[in-house]
Formats: sequence, structure tokens, C-alpha cells
Amino acid sequence: MSRDISIKQGIDWVTVFMYVVMVIAGWLSIYGASYDFDQSSIFDFGNRAGKQFVWILTAFGIAGLLMLIDDKVYNSIVSNFIYIAVTLLLIVTIFIAPDIKGSHSWIRLGSFLSIQPAEFAKIATALAVSRFLATNGKNMDWKNYVLLLGITLLPLVIIILQKETGSALVLLAFFLVFYREGMKGLILLLGVFAIVLFIVIVRFGEIPIQEGKSDLGIIIAFGAILLVQVVYAFFVQKAKKEALWLLGITIAIAAVTAIINIWIITSYNYAAYFAIAASVVYWVVIELVKHSRKFRGLILFIIGAVLFCFAADYIFDSILKPHQQTRIKVVLNMEDDLSGAGYNVNQSKIAIGSGGLLGKGFLNGTQTKLKYVPEQDTDFIFCTVGEEFGFVGSSLVLILFMVFLLRIIHIAERQRETFNRIYGYCVVSIFFFHIMVNIGMVLGLMPVIGIPLPFFSYGGSSLWAFTILLFILLRLDASRSSRVRYV
Amino acid sequence: MINDPYQNRKYVIAAIIVGVILIYIIRLFSLQILETKYKEGAESNALLYKTVYASRGLIYDRDGKLLVYNKPAYDITVIMREVQNLDTLDFCRTLGISKEYFDTRIAEIKDTRRNRSYSSYTPQFFMTQLEMKDVAAFQQSNYKYPGFYIQNRTLREYTYQNAAHVLGSIGEVSRQQVEADSYYKQGDYAGRDGIEYAYEKELRGEKGVEILLRDSKGRIMGKYENGEFDESPVAGSDIKLTIDIELQRLGELLLSGKTGSIVAIEPASGEILAMVSHPTFDPSLLVGRERSKNYSELVSDKTQPLLNRATQGQYSPGSTFKILQALISLDMGGVSERTTFSCQGPDSRPIKCTHRHKSPVNIYDAIEQSCNPYFWNAFKNTLEIDGYGDRNEDFKKTYQIWEDKVKSFGLGSRIAGTDVYEQLGGDVPSGSYYTRYYGETGWRALTIRSLSIGQGELLVTPLQLANMTAAVANDGYYITPHLRKTDSLALKVNKVHIDNNKHFATVKEGMKRMVENTWNGKLYKVPGVDMGGKTGTVQNPHGEDHSLYVAFAPLHNPTIAIAAVIENAGFGASWAMPIANLMIEQYLFGEVKRKALLEEFINKTTNPDVKRY
Repeated sequence: MSRDISIKQGIDWVTVFMYVVMVIAGWLSIYGASYDFDQSSIFDFGNRAGKQFVWILTAFGIAGLLMLIDDKVYNSIVSNFIYIAVTLLLIVTIFIAPDIKGSHSWIRLGSFLSIQPAEFAKIATALAVSRFLATNGKNMDWKNYVLLLGITLLPLVIIILQKETGSALVLLAFFLVFYREGMKGLILLLGVFAIVLFIVIVRFGEIPIQEGKSDLGIIIAFGAILLVQVVYAFFVQKAKKEALWLLGITIAIAAVTAIINIWIITSYNYAAYFAIAASVVYWVVIELVKHSRKFRGLILFIIGAVLFCFAADYIFDSILKPHQQTRIKVVLNMEDDLSGAGYNVNQSKIAIGSGGLLGKGFLNGTQTKLKYVPEQDTDFIFCTVGEEFGFVGSSLVLILFMVFLLRIIHIAERQRETFNRIYGYCVVSIFFFHIMVNIGMVLGLMPVIGIPLPFFSYGGSSLWAFTILLFILLRLDASRSSRVRYV
Repeated sequence: MINDPYQNRKYVIAAIIVGVILIYIIRLFSLQILETKYKEGAESNALLYKTVYASRGLIYDRDGKLLVYNKPAYDITVIMREVQNLDTLDFCRTLGISKEYFDTRIAEIKDTRRNRSYSSYTPQFFMTQLEMKDVAAFQQSNYKYPGFYIQNRTLREYTYQNAAHVLGSIGEVSRQQVEADSYYKQGDYAGRDGIEYAYEKELRGEKGVEILLRDSKGRIMGKYENGEFDESPVAGSDIKLTIDIELQRLGELLLSGKTGSIVAIEPASGEILAMVSHPTFDPSLLVGRERSKNYSELVSDKTQPLLNRATQGQYSPGSTFKILQALISLDMGGVSERTTFSCQGPDSRPIKCTHRHKSPVNIYDAIEQSCNPYFWNAFKNTLEIDGYGDRNEDFKKTYQIWEDKVKSFGLGSRIAGTDVYEQLGGDVPSGSYYTRYYGETGWRALTIRSLSIGQGELLVTPLQLANMTAAVANDGYYITPHLRKTDSLALKVNKVHIDNNKHFATVKEGMKRMVENTWNGKLYKVPGVDMGGKTGTVQNPHGEDHSLYVAFAPLHNPTIAIAAVIENAGFGASWAMPIANLMIEQYLFGEVKRKALLEEFINKTTNPDVKRY
């Protein structure tokens, strides 16, 4: 009895309150998105809003149940079992799931209910990662690094095999957790730099200059690599003289090429290759002459980055599927494709844009309601918010998401047990990834990647999964004070 | 906790989160406050998306004669929400419809179980496929009926009343099609069968969209953003067929009053020159508002005008199969050119001969006279060439080789990799079928003797029969028969499994003698052309025998291979042969000089129920 009371006291009611507000706001948005002139009730089970109401009630039930489960089960062998069970379920799904628009990720349970195991893979992976890091975090050798990567990427690979690329990419969010737990910040920066290079190569690679003899993408990318070298040498290694020399050499090569071009058209690509090769030789010579090891990492970086640049084109043209290529081109403004991938994004921008400052009012949105925006109650639900509640309403939703994420960071940081903290960061990272990618997509800032907006998008599997993810953390957090007394 | 050197990283992570949210808020600000083009629409205006249909690709025959083109048509759509103060009676009078029809249509539109994509905000189809005369009055008083709009469409129109089975038709897309292909919306049209179906993606082009601004009362205020977001439709690609429309027309004419099929192929290219199935119908019957009425009439006709007999009619090949029988027996060594068998005419056992001719006969005489005992003996010799073995295994192995050779002529299964849809496969029975039926050791050459004269379980379609003839005409290969004129180099060459090509000369010589030496052969032969042919007369349980004939011409470098099946007509030599030969004459000379013969066969009737639609 006393334990129950202590749990009730320990519950972070602020988060619970935000959760309830978001779920209800999402429910109203779904009603708005599917609302029609003739439609009657928000509780009508024939429509999406009515069904979502059922999902919400059951989610509340699940949340309540989770509060009754002993918090000690999570940091135990149970988490490993959950992970293995869910992974097996993911594999089975590939074979038994029917083909829905090319993806094999939904298991049908009766005619009414389908569940998507991929949604629950996040929770299982979060538990497994937290347990692994909490147990082995202090002595990470290479074997443990491999294991940790394996735990994270195994579900990712299986979900890609289910043709649900969006849900698979969510697992990349765990790198934020690793960063918090001590992964070198450099790796995150390298990741960001790789994305930048990729965008540059794809975005500028198609712009012909010099009668098509030069590839602007490669030139800018190599320029960026050279710039990184200069900045790194100058500011990080404080090798100011060497950095300035390299800058000078690069500019000289560009200038010479420009001069030659007055007479004969010579591709700037050669200049870029030459400058990069020269920089490698330059650092190698410095290393040999000075017997230093300062620039060894830099040399590896240059070689890796150059290889990546050449691979980027291949990845884009050969590994990505045509529809994925189009989605990336649309977000980079390279292609309009208003009937395909561009259609959704264009429609969603018109819908949001037409909301103005205050919006058209609840249930008065015309754009979403006219069914111009596809997936308006699932992946593109934020459109409805933007159209009906305007800038004020949609900013409020964004701020609510931000406060919610910061609150979870706060909760995570106040944990005494490493396991709990890591799990807290898993929760933050997953929510953050979903919010960033989904709203970025709706606003035309990210390619179209079909993942739901937490608590807003229609769907039982995702609502349940997000609820479980969050309430496991709240349960762990609730015992934080009671545990102290026994220690 | 105590030993946590990375604690400060929480600030980095929080900063990333705050940064992303800030960027998004700035983006929202720019979309919703700064960009004016979206705001204009926000003052309770809405956009009207008007589909602009692409004009469907045209269809030509092999000589570039236009077969199928488009004519304008009109749909009336309704946006239920905008319908106000409608004078229903006036509205019905203008459109020439009854009040009951109006009420039913509105009820149907609103029924969300049947009309799943219903929304009172979006245009719904009220009436479709109207002609100009139907909508002229409505167009003038359109202002009186807010919420009702006219949408331009196109319908198919045909230059000729022929080739309905080849061309196929267009119909409204089904719900499954809408779900399977996001290009289609409820109310769209797509090819249902024939060429219209096979090349749907090329013919349909790409729909366009016109975005119009509407005020809150639904009045059109002009183009949204001066049409910046409009998409113009892309017209479908035109298609040139391999069909010779004059030949096709003649074929349909020749089959007047009869049921049956004629298929002609150019052997060197596999191009289908004509694919006639009779009874047939005017393709324009399946267009427009009359479609469903005409369709139900065609469906209920007992002579089955909708059935494409050329590809879906399955017949015993009868004696036409003796061509393959001769080739395979020679190739497997069951007989040689010099082998002779005696024939006792109607007294022959186990199969009697239906013709009176000299005895003994060699292979040339046998083909010429269609001598059943010869082919039975050849078949028996061939299958028993290695004996039977203890458990029948040697015999079965030989049968399998025989079966494989027959199938290599394109028999026994649908012709793959072609644009001819709606095919049936026919049947070449397998050894395992007989084993299942008679047991391991229960069947021998005698058991399956009917095969030797092209009867028994064997079934072929006229298309397969013509294709088989093309393979003989080509001395050992056929190009996959097809309907679209393309670069023939890209087409698949199918080699038949006859090891020694010299046997084709033997068989062709036999076919030539049939034309030149038999009574009817001489009578109906195309004047001035050396050619080869083979008749078939097939017993069947539904009355008179089916009359079959296959032929190719000229004898050297043939340019046409043909197969004709006339159901319940009688001897192959008296019906299918003259009809097919008239077709050959038309194709080789561009006209038929034997007018009397032509008249005779156009007017001859085998089935009084056959109607001309």
C-alpha cells in the first residue's frame, strides 16, 4: 500500500499532463482532417476519429498497467528477452505480412485489427541498448562496440527488408544516446559532414557548367574538404603557418586553372582532383619531415571523404529506388514532380500556408478536408494543425513538443541509475527523430519519409508504442525517490 | 552519477532540439505569414482542382490507316456542398432526364458504401459520356445550377466496324484498379481488353490538372497563381498495329453467317496480319452511354460474339496436325521418305481411312490424301522406336521426346511474351497425365492412337495453329506472334525442336501436292501462286464437323501463314480451305479477283443464329 502511494507521488505529472494534452490535440486534428460536411460525431466508430478514440482509451489503460509493473524488471534479463522476441517477430512479419503498397510490415489480427511490429522494435531496442550500456559501459572494448552496433542495427536491417525504410531509419536516433554516453562528438560531426557532402554532390552534380565538362557537385564538395583541412589545422592543431600555406596552394591551383581557361576550356574537376591530391601529399610530407603524428587523422579524413564523394553518386543512382530519388530531389528543389512525390509536399505547403496567422478555425480547413493532402490524418497530420490553427497554433504545438523533449532530458538526468538515464535518452532521441523528420517533411525541409508524428498521427500501433516507450520511463522515474530510502 | 564526465553533453543535445524547433518555427513563419501566395487562398477561398484529361493515343493499322481516334464527350459533375436553391424540375428538363433518375443518382452519389471517395467538397460524377447535343442546353443555363459543372472528356471512335476483339474496349476503372494504381481515380477510364488493355500505360498519357480559385460561394475567380501550379496533360502515344485492316475486314465478311476464326501471320516477322473471330460486333457499340445496354445484349447472345475464338476457342487440330506428325516421325526416325504403309481404306484397323486412294502410300501421298493409317503406323513406329521396356519406361521416355517436340511449335500453352491477351493454352497431354489415367504400364501407342490423327486430348487455338504453320513455313522457327508493329530484330526467335531441317522440305512438298493434286485443292487454289496447305475435318458432339485448314504461300519465301476454323460446317476442303485461300489472295494481290467465289462464301451460312452487330 505504502508502495502505491510512493509511486503516485513519484509520477512526473507534468509529463503526464503534456502527454494527455498532445493525445487529445492529435485526436481533434484527426477529426478535423477527416471531418466532412455530412459527418456527425467525433465518436462515430465508422470514421478515423472514432477509431482513434478507442486507441486513446486503450493507450491510457496500457499506461496505467505499466505503472503497476515493478520497475526492477527492466534492468534485467527480461529486457534481453523482449529484444529477442521482438526481433524474431520482425523476421516472421516479413514472411506472413500481406503486401500493402509494397511493404510487408503489418500483421493482420482479425479483420479489424492490424499491428505493425516495427513500431515496437524501438522500445525493445531502447531497453536492450540501455541494459547493454549500463552493464558494459565502463569497459567498452572493440568487441562491445561491435555488439552495441549490432543490437542497434539488426532491427534496422530487418525493417528495411520489410520495405519500411522510414521506420528503420528511426533507429539511427540511438547515435544521440551514444553521444550522451561518451561517443566522440567528432563522429556526430562527421555524420553531419557526410550528409552535407551527399546533398552537395546530388544537388549540384546535375548542374552542367563549362559545357558539361565540369561537375559542380565534386568541385564544391572538394572545396569543402579543403576548407575543413584549413580550419582544422588552423584552429584545432594551431598549425597556423601550415594551414595558410595550404590555403595559398589551393587558391593558386584554382587561379592557374582559371587563367588556362581563358585560352582552352579545361575542366575545373582536374583542378579539384589535383588540389586534393596535393593536400594529401602536403600533410604526408609535413608528417615525415617533422616526425609528428598530428595530422594522421586528417589524412585519413581526406581519403575517406574523397571516397565518400565518389560513392555518393553511386549510392544515389543505384542503391536508392527511383521514388526515393524523387523525394530527395523534391526537397532539394531540383524537381517539381507535382503529381508524384512533389504533389504531397506542394499540397501540404499550400494547406499550411493558407492557414495564415490564426488559421481558418477548427473544422474549417478546406485544403485538408478537400482531400488534396494525401495521408492527411497519418503522416501529414501536421497540415491540419497548420491550416486550421495557423502560425500561432502550429508554433504552440512545436513549442509543446520542445518543452516535452526538454522535460524528458530533465527526467533522464535526475536518474540515479545509469540504466534509467540511458533509457531516458533513448526516449528523447526517438521522439526527437520522429518530430524532426515528420514535421520537416510536412514543411518541405526533409524528404518524404513516412513516419508518424508522435501522439498526433492516426494509428493504434504507433500510439501504443509511443505510450509504452514514455510510460516505462515514467515508471522508472516514479521509483527514483522510493529507492533512496532502502539504500 | 558521480563518475559521469559527459554530463555537460545534455546541453548540446538540448541545444540541437531547440535549434531544430526554432528553424521549424521560422519556416512556419515564412510559409504562413511572409508568403503571400498561400495567404490569398486563406480568406475562406478554396481551390478547385479540375482534371484535364489527356487525349488517348490513336491506333493505326500496318499501312498507317487510322483505326481508332477520339471524339469529345462531356461529363456533368456536382459538388454537393455548393448546390443551392436548385429548381429540380427545370434542371431535369434541361438535361432531358426524369425526376426519378435525378433522385436515384443523388442517392447513389451520397451512398458512401458504394461511392467510397465521396466528399461533399469535391466534384462527383453526376452523368458521364454525354454528347454535345445533350449538354448544349445545359451549358447555356449552367449559371442557374450552382454546384454543377461540365467536364470535358474524350471517347473512342472507330473508322472501321471491324477488329473489335483485337482492339478491345475501354471502361470505367474498378475499385481494385483505383487501389492498385494511384494514377486512377474513381470515374476514370482504362483499357479493359485487347490492345487497349495491353498498351494502356502508353495509350493513356498523363492527366493534367488545372487549379482554379473559388470564392466562398463557389464562383470561379480565375486561375490560381496564374496557372503556375497547373499541369498540362500529356497526350498518349499512338500505336501502329501489325493488322492489315482490309484483310481483317475481308475475313469478317467471309465468316458472315458462320461461327469460327481465321488467323494470318507473316512468318518472317511473327506479325499478326489478321485475327478474325466470328460472330463479332462493331467496336463502337461498347462506347458511351449505350455501352452497358449493348454489352448485356452481346453477353446474352448464345453465339458468344464477345468470345475471341482466335485465342480462346480450343479445337482439335484434326488432320492439320498431320504436318507435325510427319515432321516428328521423320525427325525421330520412325519413318523415312521411302517408308510406305498399305491402306485398306474404310477397312483399315485400328483407324479407318476416310479417303479412297492408291495403296501403299509414302509420306508425300499420305499428306496429300490425309491417309489416317499411314499416320497411325508412323506414330506407332516412332513411339515404339526403343520398345516399351519392362515397366513401360522406354516408351514413356520416347513419348516425352515426342511431346516436347510438339510443344516446341507453340502448342499446349499460352504463347508467352506477346501482346495478345485473353489467350487459352490448348492442350498437349503429358505422359504423366496418361500414367495417372491408365496406370504406369496401362498405356501404349495403341491406347493413344487418336493423337496420331490430331484428335483425342489434343486442343489448339486458331492462333496456335497459324503460328505452327508459320514455323513450318520458316523451316524450323517462329517469331513470337504479336499485334504491335515494332522493330522485328528485337523479337524473340523460337526454334522448334526438329533436329534435321531437311524434313521441312519433305512436308512442304506433301502440302504442295495436296493443293495441286486433290480435287478441291485444284478448285480453290489461289491462281498463279505456288503454295502448301493441309485440311482438317474434326468430328464434334455439337452437330456437323468443324472445318479446318492451314496454309502458307508462296511456297518459297512465304509471306503469309494462315489457319482457319469454321465451326460445324463440314469438310475442311469445302469451307475452311476456300475461305482461307481467298484471304491469301487478298493479301498477296491486294484484291480478290474471284468475285463469284467470294460472293458464294460470304452468303453461305452454317449457323442461322449468327447476327451482325
